[in-house]
Amino acid sequence: MSLASLERRRLTVTGNDGVGAYRVLRVSDPHGPPPSPGQFSMLTAAERWGGGVDERPHLPRAFSVARCKDGEAHYLLEDVGPGTRRLCELRAGDEVWVLGPLGRGFRRPREGRRAVLVGGGVGIAPLAIWQDELLDRGAPHALMLGFRDGDHALGANLLRCARVATDDGSLGHPGLVTELLETELEDDPRAEVYACGPPPMLEAVRSLCERRGVPAQLALESGMACGFGACFGCVVPTRRGGYLRVCVDGPVVDADLLDSVAAITTGPPCPA
Amino acid sequence: MSRVEFCGLTLAHPVINGSGTFDAIAARRVFGSDLDERFPFSAYVSKTITLRPRAGNPPPRLWEASAGLINSIGLPNKGLRGYLADDLPELARLPVPLITNVMGSTAAEVIALVEAVGERAEVSAVELNVSCPNVETGLDLGADPASLAALLREVRPHTAKPLIVKLTPNTADVALVAAAAEAEGADAVSLINTLRARAPASHRSHRAAPGLGAGTGGLSGPAVYPVALAQVAAVAGRVGLPIVGMGGVRGERQARELLEAGATLVAVGTETFRDPLAGARIAAALRETPANREQRAF
Repeated sequence: MSLASLERRRLTVTGNDGVGAYRVLRVSDPHGPPPSPGQFSMLTAAERWGGGVDERPHLPRAFSVARCKDGEAHYLLEDVGPGTRRLCELRAGDEVWVLGPLGRGFRRPREGRRAVLVGGGVGIAPLAIWQDELLDRGAPHALMLGFRDGDHALGANLLRCARVATDDGSLGHPGLVTELLETELEDDPRAEVYACGPPPMLEAVRSLCERRGVPAQLALESGMACGFGACFGCVVPTRRGGYLRVCVDGPVVDADLLDSVAAITTGPPCPA
Repeated sequence: MSRVEFCGLTLAHPVINGSGTFDAIAARRVFGSDLDERFPFSAYVSKTITLRPRAGNPPPRLWEASAGLINSIGLPNKGLRGYLADDLPELARLPVPLITNVMGSTAAEVIALVEAVGERAEVSAVELNVSCPNVETGLDLGADPASLAALLREVRPHTAKPLIVKLTPNTADVALVAAAAEAEGADAVSLINTLRARAPASHRSHRAAPGLGAGTGGLSGPAVYPVALAQVAAVAGRVGLPIVGMGGVRGERQARELLEAGATLVAVGTETFRDPLAGARIAAALRETPANREQRAF
Protein backbone atom coordinates (compact mmCIF):
# COMPACT_ATOMS: atom_id res chain seq x y z
CA MET A 1 0.00 0.00 0.00
CA SER A 2 1.16 3.52 -0.68
CA LEU A 3 1.59 5.88 2.25
CA ALA A 4 0.04 9.33 2.07
CA SER A 5 1.89 12.50 2.86
CA LEU A 6 0.68 14.30 5.98
CA GLU A 7 0.21 17.31 3.75
CA ARG A 8 -2.89 17.77 1.63
CA ARG A 9 -2.01 18.40 -1.98
CA ARG A 10 -3.68 21.18 -3.98
CA LEU A 11 -4.26 19.69 -7.41
CA THR A 12 -5.82 20.89 -10.62
CA VAL A 13 -8.94 19.38 -12.14
CA THR A 14 -8.31 18.33 -15.73
CA GLY A 15 -11.85 17.31 -16.57
CA ASN A 16 -15.25 16.31 -15.26
CA ASP A 17 -17.06 14.02 -17.65
CA GLY A 18 -20.69 12.95 -17.48
CA VAL A 19 -21.15 9.18 -17.71
CA GLY A 20 -24.87 8.46 -17.47
CA ALA A 21 -25.99 9.35 -13.95
CA TYR A 22 -22.38 9.73 -12.81
CA ARG A 23 -19.48 12.08 -13.35
CA VAL A 24 -15.81 11.18 -13.56
CA LEU A 25 -13.69 13.85 -11.91
CA ARG A 26 -10.20 13.82 -13.35
CA VAL A 27 -7.40 15.37 -11.33
CA SER A 28 -3.84 15.97 -12.47
CA ASP A 29 -1.63 14.05 -10.05
CA PRO A 30 1.61 13.12 -11.80
CA HIS A 31 3.77 13.18 -8.66
CA GLY A 32 1.45 11.70 -6.04
CA PRO A 33 2.09 8.36 -4.39
CA PRO A 34 0.59 5.69 -6.69
CA PRO A 35 -2.65 4.42 -5.12
CA SER A 36 -3.19 0.70 -4.66
CA PRO A 37 -6.54 -0.53 -6.00
CA GLY A 38 -9.11 -0.09 -3.24
CA GLN A 39 -7.37 2.87 -1.59
CA PHE A 40 -9.19 6.18 -1.31
CA SER A 41 -8.63 9.93 -1.01
CA MET A 42 -10.31 12.70 0.94
CA LEU A 43 -11.43 15.45 -1.44
CA THR A 44 -12.32 19.07 -0.80
CA ALA A 45 -13.00 21.72 -3.43
CA ALA A 46 -10.35 24.41 -2.94
CA GLU A 47 -12.94 27.14 -3.41
CA ARG A 48 -16.51 27.39 -2.11
CA TRP A 49 -16.39 24.34 0.14
CA GLY A 50 -19.01 25.47 2.63
CA GLY A 51 -21.38 28.34 2.31
CA GLY A 52 -23.99 26.21 0.55
CA VAL A 53 -27.37 25.20 1.89
CA ASP A 54 -27.10 24.98 5.71
CA GLU A 55 -23.47 26.17 5.43
CA ARG A 56 -22.38 22.78 4.17
CA PRO A 57 -20.27 20.95 3.11
CA HIS A 58 -17.69 21.46 5.83
CA LEU A 59 -15.79 18.18 6.04
CA PRO A 60 -13.89 16.53 3.21
CA ARG A 61 -15.51 13.59 1.42
CA ALA A 62 -14.00 10.14 0.89
CA PHE A 63 -13.76 8.67 -2.63
CA SER A 64 -12.14 5.50 -3.89
CA VAL A 65 -9.58 6.12 -6.57
CA ALA A 66 -11.42 4.79 -9.63
CA ARG A 67 -8.46 4.93 -11.97
CA CYS A 68 -4.92 6.25 -12.06
CA LYS A 69 -3.23 6.61 -15.41
CA ASP A 70 -1.33 9.11 -17.53
CA GLY A 71 -0.65 11.32 -14.50
CA GLU A 72 -4.35 11.63 -13.67
CA ALA A 73 -6.41 10.23 -10.82
CA HIS A 74 -10.10 9.59 -11.54
CA TYR A 75 -12.89 9.72 -8.98
CA LEU A 76 -16.45 8.57 -9.65
CA LEU A 77 -19.09 11.01 -8.39
CA GLU A 78 -22.82 10.79 -7.92
CA ASP A 79 -24.63 13.92 -6.79
CA VAL A 80 -26.26 12.83 -3.55
CA GLY A 81 -25.63 15.82 -1.26
CA PRO A 82 -23.86 19.14 -0.83
CA GLY A 83 -20.35 17.68 -0.96
CA THR A 84 -20.77 15.57 -4.07
CA ARG A 85 -22.81 18.37 -5.67
CA ARG A 86 -19.96 20.84 -5.26
CA LEU A 87 -17.44 18.35 -6.65
CA CYS A 88 -19.76 17.64 -9.58
CA GLU A 89 -19.68 21.37 -10.42
CA LEU A 90 -15.89 21.49 -10.76
CA ARG A 91 -14.46 22.02 -14.22
CA ALA A 92 -11.03 21.86 -15.80
CA GLY A 93 -8.76 24.42 -14.18
CA ASP A 94 -10.54 24.37 -10.81
CA GLU A 95 -8.57 23.07 -7.85
CA VAL A 96 -9.12 20.43 -5.19
CA TRP A 97 -7.37 19.52 -1.95
CA VAL A 98 -6.48 15.85 -1.93
CA LEU A 99 -5.32 13.82 1.06
CA GLY A 100 -4.29 10.32 0.12
CA PRO A 101 -3.99 7.61 -0.92
CA LEU A 102 -5.47 6.24 2.31
CA GLY A 103 -6.56 2.88 3.70
CA ARG A 104 -5.93 -0.71 2.76
CA GLY A 105 -6.82 -1.89 -0.71
CA PHE A 106 -7.50 -5.23 -2.38
CA ARG A 107 -5.14 -8.15 -1.94
CA ARG A 108 -4.40 -10.55 -4.78
CA PRO A 109 -6.48 -13.70 -5.05
CA ARG A 110 -5.26 -16.64 -3.04
CA GLU A 111 -3.30 -19.29 -4.92
CA GLY A 112 -5.51 -21.16 -7.39
CA ARG A 113 -8.42 -18.77 -7.12
CA ARG A 114 -9.87 -16.55 -9.83
CA ALA A 115 -10.99 -12.99 -9.10
CA VAL A 116 -14.72 -12.32 -9.42
CA LEU A 117 -15.52 -8.62 -9.21
CA VAL A 118 -19.00 -7.57 -8.12
CA GLY A 119 -20.06 -3.93 -8.06
CA GLY A 120 -23.21 -1.99 -7.37
CA GLY A 121 -23.94 1.62 -8.31
CA VAL A 122 -21.21 4.12 -7.56
CA GLY A 123 -19.42 1.23 -5.79
CA ILE A 124 -18.03 0.19 -9.17
CA ALA A 125 -15.28 2.81 -8.67
CA PRO A 126 -12.58 0.75 -6.92
CA LEU A 127 -13.29 -2.21 -9.19
CA ALA A 128 -12.21 -0.17 -12.22
CA ILE A 129 -8.65 0.37 -10.98
CA TRP A 130 -8.56 -3.20 -9.69
CA GLN A 131 -9.59 -4.52 -13.09
CA ASP A 132 -6.90 -2.34 -14.70
CA GLU A 133 -4.31 -4.07 -12.54
CA LEU A 134 -5.71 -7.54 -13.17
CA LEU A 135 -5.62 -6.85 -16.93
CA ASP A 136 -2.04 -5.57 -16.67
CA ARG A 137 -1.05 -8.78 -14.98
CA GLY A 138 -3.03 -10.91 -17.40
CA ALA A 139 -5.02 -12.33 -14.48
CA PRO A 140 -8.25 -14.05 -15.54
CA HIS A 141 -11.29 -12.58 -13.85
CA ALA A 142 -15.04 -12.11 -14.14
CA LEU A 143 -16.88 -8.82 -13.69
CA MET A 144 -20.54 -8.21 -12.92
CA LEU A 145 -22.16 -4.88 -12.12
CA GLY A 146 -25.60 -3.92 -10.88
CA PHE A 147 -27.43 -0.62 -11.30
CA ARG A 148 -30.86 0.71 -10.58
CA ASP A 149 -31.63 1.73 -14.19
CA GLY A 150 -30.25 2.21 -17.67
CA ASP A 151 -28.89 5.70 -17.02
CA HIS A 152 -26.81 4.48 -14.10
CA ALA A 153 -25.83 1.35 -16.03
CA LEU A 154 -23.86 3.56 -18.43
CA GLY A 155 -21.26 3.52 -15.63
CA ALA A 156 -20.43 -0.02 -16.76
CA ASN A 157 -18.68 1.54 -19.77
CA LEU A 158 -15.90 2.63 -17.41
CA LEU A 159 -14.89 -1.02 -17.04
CA ARG A 160 -14.37 -3.81 -19.53
CA CYS A 161 -16.47 -6.84 -20.38
CA ALA A 162 -18.96 -6.39 -17.56
CA ARG A 163 -22.09 -8.44 -17.22
CA VAL A 164 -24.78 -5.97 -16.17
CA ALA A 165 -27.92 -6.31 -14.09
CA THR A 166 -30.50 -3.55 -13.65
CA ASP A 167 -33.24 -3.31 -11.06
CA ASP A 168 -35.72 -2.01 -13.64
CA GLY A 169 -34.66 -4.49 -16.31
CA SER A 170 -33.74 -1.77 -18.79
CA LEU A 171 -30.35 -3.30 -19.49
CA GLY A 172 -28.82 -6.75 -19.09
CA HIS A 173 -30.10 -9.15 -16.47
CA PRO A 174 -33.39 -7.91 -15.01
CA GLY A 175 -32.77 -8.22 -11.29
CA LEU A 176 -29.95 -8.22 -8.83
CA VAL A 177 -26.24 -8.50 -9.55
CA THR A 178 -26.02 -11.05 -6.75
CA GLU A 179 -28.16 -13.37 -8.86
CA LEU A 180 -25.43 -13.23 -11.50
CA LEU A 181 -22.87 -13.92 -8.78
CA GLU A 182 -24.81 -16.96 -7.58
CA THR A 183 -24.69 -18.48 -11.06
CA GLU A 184 -21.02 -17.62 -11.38
CA LEU A 185 -20.14 -19.35 -8.12
CA GLU A 186 -22.11 -22.43 -9.14
CA ASP A 187 -20.02 -22.62 -12.30
CA ASP A 188 -16.71 -21.78 -10.61
CA PRO A 189 -16.38 -22.54 -6.91
CA ARG A 190 -12.64 -21.63 -7.05
CA ALA A 191 -13.42 -17.93 -6.99
CA GLU A 192 -12.30 -15.10 -4.76
CA VAL A 193 -14.91 -12.36 -4.69
CA TYR A 194 -14.13 -8.63 -4.66
CA ALA A 195 -17.22 -6.55 -3.95
CA CYS A 196 -18.17 -2.92 -3.52
CA GLY A 197 -21.66 -1.48 -3.45
CA PRO A 198 -24.59 -0.49 -1.27
CA PRO A 199 -24.94 -2.28 2.09
CA PRO A 200 -27.82 -4.59 1.08
CA MET A 201 -25.82 -5.79 -1.95
CA LEU A 202 -22.66 -6.25 0.09
CA GLU A 203 -24.59 -8.19 2.71
CA ALA A 204 -26.06 -10.45 0.02
CA VAL A 205 -22.53 -11.04 -1.34
CA ARG A 206 -21.16 -11.68 2.14
CA SER A 207 -23.80 -14.23 3.12
CA LEU A 208 -23.69 -15.96 -0.29
CA CYS A 209 -19.90 -16.33 -0.09
CA GLU A 210 -20.11 -17.51 3.50
CA ARG A 211 -22.65 -20.20 2.59
CA ARG A 212 -20.47 -21.39 -0.26
CA GLY A 213 -17.14 -21.10 1.56
CA VAL A 214 -15.81 -18.65 -1.00
CA PRO A 215 -13.37 -15.98 0.28
CA ALA A 216 -14.55 -12.41 -0.26
CA GLN A 217 -12.96 -9.02 0.11
CA LEU A 218 -15.47 -6.24 0.66
CA ALA A 219 -14.68 -2.58 -0.03
CA LEU A 220 -16.77 -0.76 2.57
CA GLU A 221 -18.09 2.76 2.55
CA SER A 222 -18.87 4.67 5.69
CA GLY A 223 -19.33 8.29 6.58
CA MET A 224 -16.04 9.64 7.90
CA ALA A 225 -14.72 13.05 8.89
CA CYS A 226 -10.98 12.57 8.45
CA GLY A 227 -9.90 9.41 6.57
CA PHE A 228 -6.83 8.76 8.72
CA GLY A 229 -8.09 7.23 11.95
CA ALA A 230 -8.59 10.42 13.95
CA CYS A 231 -12.36 10.85 14.21
CA PHE A 232 -13.49 7.27 15.01
CA GLY A 233 -16.67 8.01 13.08
CA CYS A 234 -16.55 5.38 10.33
CA VAL A 235 -16.87 2.28 12.46
CA VAL A 236 -18.45 -1.03 11.49
CA PRO A 237 -19.22 -3.78 14.03
CA THR A 238 -17.04 -6.88 13.74
CA ARG A 239 -17.82 -10.53 14.27
CA ARG A 240 -15.59 -10.82 17.34
CA GLY A 241 -17.21 -7.78 19.00
CA GLY A 242 -16.21 -4.16 18.97
CA TYR A 243 -15.72 -2.10 15.85
CA LEU A 244 -13.23 -1.62 13.05
CA ARG A 245 -12.48 1.74 11.47
CA VAL A 246 -13.22 1.65 7.75
CA CYS A 247 -10.54 4.28 7.05
CA VAL A 248 -7.52 2.55 8.61
CA ASP A 249 -8.63 -1.09 9.00
CA GLY A 250 -10.28 -0.99 5.56
CA PRO A 251 -11.87 0.13 3.37
CA VAL A 252 -11.21 -3.37 2.00
CA VAL A 253 -11.82 -6.01 4.66
CA ASP A 254 -12.13 -9.78 4.62
CA ALA A 255 -15.81 -10.67 4.69
CA ASP A 256 -15.30 -13.23 7.43
CA LEU A 257 -14.40 -10.44 9.87
CA LEU A 258 -17.99 -9.22 9.69
CA ASP A 259 -21.29 -10.65 10.83
CA SER A 260 -23.41 -8.38 8.71
CA VAL A 261 -22.87 -5.29 6.65
CA ALA A 262 -26.54 -4.60 6.06
CA ALA A 263 -26.67 -1.70 8.52
CA ILE A 264 -23.53 0.23 7.60
CA THR A 265 -24.14 3.94 7.41
CA THR A 266 -22.82 4.90 4.02
CA GLY A 267 -22.31 8.25 2.43
CA PRO A 268 -20.97 11.43 3.92
CA PRO A 269 -20.92 11.98 7.67
CA CYS A 270 -24.18 13.80 7.45
CA PRO A 271 -27.57 13.87 5.82
CA ALA A 272 -27.41 13.73 2.05
CA MET B 1 5.63 33.82 18.67
CA SER B 2 7.66 30.75 19.47
CA ARG B 3 8.47 28.84 22.65
CA VAL B 4 5.78 28.74 25.32
CA GLU B 5 5.97 27.78 28.98
CA PHE B 6 2.98 25.74 30.12
CA CYS B 7 2.73 23.91 33.44
CA GLY B 8 6.51 23.60 33.68
CA LEU B 9 6.80 22.31 30.09
CA THR B 10 8.60 24.25 27.42
CA LEU B 11 6.70 23.83 24.17
CA ALA B 12 7.93 24.75 20.70
CA HIS B 13 4.76 26.69 19.88
CA PRO B 14 1.31 27.27 21.38
CA VAL B 15 -0.74 24.83 19.27
CA ILE B 16 -1.74 21.39 20.54
CA ASN B 17 -4.54 18.95 19.65
CA GLY B 18 -7.86 18.63 21.42
CA SER B 19 -8.26 15.27 23.15
CA GLY B 20 -9.80 12.64 20.91
CA THR B 21 -9.23 14.48 17.64
CA PHE B 22 -5.96 12.94 16.50
CA ASP B 23 -4.96 9.29 16.88
CA ALA B 24 -1.18 9.46 16.61
CA ILE B 25 -0.85 5.67 16.52
CA ALA B 26 -3.24 5.30 13.58
CA ALA B 27 -1.67 8.34 11.92
CA ARG B 28 1.75 6.68 12.07
CA ARG B 29 0.30 3.70 10.18
CA VAL B 30 -1.19 6.04 7.56
CA PHE B 31 1.58 8.60 7.13
CA GLY B 32 4.68 6.65 8.19
CA SER B 33 7.75 8.62 9.26
CA ASP B 34 6.18 11.82 7.87
CA LEU B 35 4.14 11.96 11.08
CA ASP B 36 7.13 12.27 13.40
CA GLU B 37 9.10 14.48 11.02
CA ARG B 38 6.30 17.02 10.70
CA PHE B 39 4.34 16.45 13.88
CA PRO B 40 1.80 19.28 13.83
CA PHE B 41 1.39 19.87 17.56
CA SER B 42 3.79 21.07 20.27
CA ALA B 43 2.35 18.56 22.76
CA TYR B 44 0.15 15.55 22.17
CA VAL B 45 -3.06 15.03 24.14
CA SER B 46 -4.28 11.43 24.15
CA LYS B 47 -7.87 10.47 23.66
CA THR B 48 -9.79 9.89 26.88
CA ILE B 49 -8.68 6.80 28.80
CA THR B 50 -11.14 5.08 31.11
CA LEU B 51 -10.50 2.40 33.72
CA ARG B 52 -12.14 -0.34 31.68
CA PRO B 53 -12.11 -0.73 27.88
CA ARG B 54 -14.93 0.90 25.96
CA ALA B 55 -16.07 -0.06 22.45
CA GLY B 56 -17.71 3.31 21.86
CA ASN B 57 -21.20 4.19 20.70
CA PRO B 58 -23.18 2.43 17.97
CA PRO B 59 -23.01 4.16 14.58
CA PRO B 60 -23.97 6.54 13.09
CA ARG B 61 -21.46 8.53 15.10
CA LEU B 62 -21.08 11.64 12.96
CA TRP B 63 -23.36 14.33 11.68
CA GLU B 64 -22.17 17.24 9.58
CA ALA B 65 -23.88 20.33 10.98
CA SER B 66 -23.88 23.88 9.68
CA ALA B 67 -20.17 24.81 9.69
CA GLY B 68 -19.43 22.04 12.13
CA LEU B 69 -19.79 18.48 13.25
CA ILE B 70 -21.84 16.64 15.82
CA ASN B 71 -20.14 13.51 17.11
CA SER B 72 -21.24 10.75 19.43
CA ILE B 73 -18.12 8.61 19.39
CA GLY B 74 -18.49 7.40 22.97
CA LEU B 75 -14.83 7.46 24.05
CA PRO B 76 -13.66 4.13 22.62
CA ASN B 77 -10.38 3.12 24.27
CA LYS B 78 -8.50 0.06 25.44
CA GLY B 79 -8.92 0.88 29.11
CA LEU B 80 -6.15 1.83 31.50
CA ARG B 81 -4.29 -1.47 31.30
CA GLY B 82 -4.38 -1.57 27.50
CA TYR B 83 -3.32 2.05 27.29
CA LEU B 84 -0.32 1.58 29.54
CA ALA B 85 0.78 -1.66 27.88
CA ASP B 86 0.06 -0.98 24.18
CA ASP B 87 -0.43 2.73 23.52
CA LEU B 88 1.93 4.48 25.91
CA PRO B 89 5.15 2.99 24.47
CA GLU B 90 4.00 4.07 20.99
CA LEU B 91 3.01 7.57 22.11
CA ALA B 92 6.28 8.00 24.03
CA ARG B 93 8.09 7.87 20.66
CA LEU B 94 6.39 11.08 19.51
CA PRO B 95 8.73 14.08 19.27
CA VAL B 96 6.65 16.16 21.73
CA PRO B 97 5.54 15.93 25.38
CA LEU B 98 2.58 13.67 26.11
CA ILE B 99 -0.52 14.74 28.01
CA THR B 100 -2.82 11.86 28.95
CA ASN B 101 -6.54 12.56 29.21
CA VAL B 102 -8.53 10.41 31.68
CA MET B 103 -12.14 10.11 32.75
CA GLY B 104 -13.89 8.24 35.54
CA SER B 105 -17.44 8.19 36.81
CA THR B 106 -16.49 8.21 40.50
CA ALA B 107 -13.70 9.86 42.48
CA ALA B 108 -12.23 6.42 43.19
CA GLU B 109 -12.03 5.66 39.46
CA VAL B 110 -10.46 9.00 38.69
CA ILE B 111 -7.89 8.50 41.47
CA ALA B 112 -6.94 5.08 40.11
CA LEU B 113 -6.45 6.55 36.64
CA VAL B 114 -4.55 9.63 37.76
CA GLU B 115 -2.23 7.58 39.98
CA ALA B 116 -1.46 4.96 37.35
CA VAL B 117 -0.91 7.44 34.55
CA GLY B 118 0.83 9.99 36.76
CA GLU B 119 3.56 7.63 37.84
CA ARG B 120 4.70 7.01 34.25
CA ALA B 121 7.71 9.08 33.27
CA GLU B 122 6.49 9.21 29.64
CA VAL B 123 3.49 11.29 30.72
CA SER B 124 4.20 15.01 31.16
CA ALA B 125 0.77 16.06 32.38
CA VAL B 126 -2.68 14.67 33.07
CA GLU B 127 -5.86 16.15 31.64
CA LEU B 128 -9.08 15.36 33.47
CA ASN B 129 -12.23 14.97 31.36
CA VAL B 130 -15.03 15.95 33.73
CA SER B 131 -17.81 15.74 31.14
CA CYS B 132 -18.86 12.43 32.59
CA PRO B 133 -22.08 11.76 34.45
CA ASN B 134 -21.62 11.01 38.12
CA VAL B 135 -23.03 7.50 38.60
CA GLU B 136 -24.90 8.60 41.72
CA THR B 137 -26.34 11.96 40.70
CA GLY B 138 -26.45 11.59 36.93
CA LEU B 139 -24.98 15.09 36.63
CA ASP B 140 -21.70 15.73 34.87
CA LEU B 141 -18.83 15.78 37.35
CA GLY B 142 -17.76 19.12 35.98
CA ALA B 143 -21.18 20.68 35.52
CA ASP B 144 -21.17 22.76 38.69
CA PRO B 145 -18.50 24.28 40.94
CA ALA B 146 -19.36 22.24 44.05
CA SER B 147 -19.21 18.81 42.43
CA LEU B 148 -15.97 19.64 40.61
CA ALA B 149 -14.44 20.98 43.81
CA ALA B 150 -15.42 17.82 45.68
CA LEU B 151 -13.85 15.66 42.99
CA LEU B 152 -10.60 17.61 42.83
CA ARG B 153 -10.26 17.70 46.61
CA GLU B 154 -10.03 13.91 46.51
CA VAL B 155 -8.03 13.54 43.30
CA ARG B 156 -5.44 16.33 43.50
CA PRO B 157 -3.27 14.77 46.23
CA HIS B 158 -2.80 11.63 44.15
CA THR B 159 -0.45 13.00 41.52
CA ALA B 160 2.44 15.42 41.41
CA LYS B 161 2.05 15.76 37.65
CA PRO B 162 0.49 18.94 36.27
CA LEU B 163 -3.28 18.49 36.33
CA ILE B 164 -5.33 20.14 33.60
CA VAL B 165 -9.09 20.20 34.03
CA LYS B 166 -11.02 20.04 30.75
CA LEU B 167 -14.11 22.11 31.43
CA THR B 168 -17.52 21.41 29.97
CA PRO B 169 -19.34 24.28 28.28
CA ASN B 170 -22.63 22.68 29.23
CA THR B 171 -22.89 24.56 32.50
CA ALA B 172 -24.50 27.73 33.80
CA ASP B 173 -21.29 29.64 34.56
CA VAL B 174 -18.04 28.18 33.30
CA ALA B 175 -15.96 30.84 35.06
CA LEU B 176 -17.32 29.76 38.44
CA VAL B 177 -16.43 26.15 37.65
CA ALA B 178 -12.93 27.25 36.60
CA ALA B 179 -12.56 29.16 39.87
CA ALA B 180 -13.45 25.98 41.77
CA ALA B 181 -10.77 24.11 39.81
CA GLU B 182 -8.21 26.77 40.68
CA ALA B 183 -9.16 26.74 44.37
CA GLU B 184 -8.74 22.96 44.53
CA GLY B 185 -5.29 22.91 43.02
CA ALA B 186 -5.70 22.44 39.27
CA ASP B 187 -2.61 23.58 37.35
CA ALA B 188 -4.50 24.61 34.22
CA VAL B 189 -7.91 24.47 32.60
CA SER B 190 -8.81 23.61 29.02
CA LEU B 191 -12.00 24.64 27.25
CA ILE B 192 -14.35 24.30 25.54
CA ASN B 193 -15.36 20.68 25.27
CA THR B 194 -18.14 20.04 22.73
CA LEU B 195 -21.58 21.55 23.15
CA ARG B 196 -24.35 19.04 23.74
CA ALA B 197 -26.31 18.77 20.53
CA ARG B 198 -28.79 16.59 18.74
CA ALA B 199 -28.93 15.70 15.08
CA PRO B 200 -32.41 15.87 13.61
CA ALA B 201 -33.42 12.35 12.55
CA SER B 202 -35.56 13.57 9.70
CA HIS B 203 -32.57 14.87 7.73
CA ARG B 204 -31.02 11.53 6.87
CA SER B 205 -32.12 10.78 3.39
CA HIS B 206 -34.38 7.97 2.28
CA ARG B 207 -34.51 6.24 5.63
CA ALA B 208 -35.92 6.60 9.08
CA ALA B 209 -32.61 5.98 10.81
CA PRO B 210 -31.77 8.05 13.88
CA GLY B 211 -29.42 10.98 13.32
CA LEU B 212 -26.89 9.55 15.72
CA GLY B 213 -26.70 6.07 17.18
CA ALA B 214 -26.53 7.40 20.71
CA GLY B 215 -29.22 10.06 20.27
CA THR B 216 -27.25 13.13 21.31
CA GLY B 217 -23.67 14.15 20.69
CA GLY B 218 -21.28 17.06 20.94
CA LEU B 219 -21.04 19.96 18.51
CA SER B 220 -17.62 21.20 17.36
CA GLY B 221 -16.14 23.14 14.46
CA PRO B 222 -16.42 26.78 13.36
CA ALA B 223 -20.04 26.89 14.55
CA VAL B 224 -18.91 26.83 18.20
CA TYR B 225 -16.03 29.32 17.94
CA PRO B 226 -17.91 32.39 19.27
CA VAL B 227 -18.97 30.33 22.30
CA ALA B 228 -15.36 29.28 22.87
CA LEU B 229 -14.14 32.87 22.64
CA ALA B 230 -16.73 34.04 25.17
CA GLN B 231 -16.00 31.22 27.60
CA VAL B 232 -12.21 31.54 27.37
CA ALA B 233 -12.48 35.28 28.00
CA ALA B 234 -14.84 34.70 30.94
CA VAL B 235 -12.51 32.15 32.52
CA ALA B 236 -9.42 34.31 31.90
CA GLY B 237 -11.18 37.16 33.66
CA ARG B 238 -11.85 35.02 36.68
CA VAL B 239 -8.81 32.77 37.26
CA GLY B 240 -5.04 33.11 37.02
CA LEU B 241 -4.45 29.57 35.73
CA PRO B 242 -3.00 28.92 32.30
CA ILE B 243 -5.76 28.18 29.82
CA VAL B 244 -5.85 25.88 26.80
CA GLY B 245 -8.39 27.55 24.54
CA MET B 246 -10.20 25.56 21.88
CA GLY B 247 -13.43 25.32 19.95
CA GLY B 248 -13.75 25.98 16.25
CA VAL B 249 -10.20 27.14 15.62
CA ARG B 250 -9.70 27.00 11.85
CA GLY B 251 -6.76 29.28 11.32
CA GLU B 252 -4.45 31.90 12.68
CA ARG B 253 -7.18 34.46 13.32
CA GLN B 254 -9.15 32.38 15.81
CA ALA B 255 -5.96 31.13 17.46
CA ARG B 256 -4.67 34.67 17.91
CA GLU B 257 -8.01 35.87 19.28
CA LEU B 258 -8.11 33.07 21.85
CA LEU B 259 -4.53 33.85 22.91
CA GLU B 260 -5.41 37.53 23.18
CA ALA B 261 -8.48 36.60 25.21
CA GLY B 262 -6.18 34.99 27.76
CA ALA B 263 -5.31 31.49 26.57
CA THR B 264 -1.71 30.26 26.92
CA LEU B 265 -2.18 27.47 24.37
CA VAL B 266 -4.78 26.82 21.72
CA ALA B 267 -5.97 23.39 20.65
CA VAL B 268 -7.18 22.33 17.23
CA GLY B 269 -9.68 19.51 16.72
CA THR B 270 -12.25 19.42 13.95
CA GLU B 271 -10.00 21.42 11.61
CA THR B 272 -7.45 18.60 11.83
CA PHE B 273 -10.06 16.28 10.29
CA ARG B 274 -10.04 18.57 7.25
CA ASP B 275 -6.29 19.09 7.20
CA PRO B 276 -3.97 16.88 9.26
CA LEU B 277 -1.32 19.63 9.22
CA ALA B 278 -3.73 22.32 10.47
CA GLY B 279 -1.87 22.59 13.80
CA ALA B 280 1.47 23.21 12.09
CA ARG B 281 -0.09 25.65 9.63
CA ILE B 282 -1.59 27.71 12.45
CA ALA B 283 1.61 27.58 14.52
CA ALA B 284 3.63 28.82 11.54
CA ALA B 285 1.22 31.70 10.97
CA LEU B 286 1.35 32.67 14.64
CA ARG B 287 5.15 32.75 14.49
CA GLU B 288 5.06 35.57 11.97
CA THR B 289 5.15 38.99 13.58
CA PRO B 290 3.00 41.77 12.13
CA ALA B 291 6.24 43.37 10.86
CA ASN B 292 7.44 40.45 8.78
CA ARG B 293 3.91 39.79 7.58
CA GLU B 294 3.87 43.32 6.23
CA GLN B 295 7.30 42.87 4.68
CA ARG B 296 6.17 39.76 2.90
CA ALA B 297 3.21 41.62 1.45
CA PHE B 298 5.54 43.88 -0.55
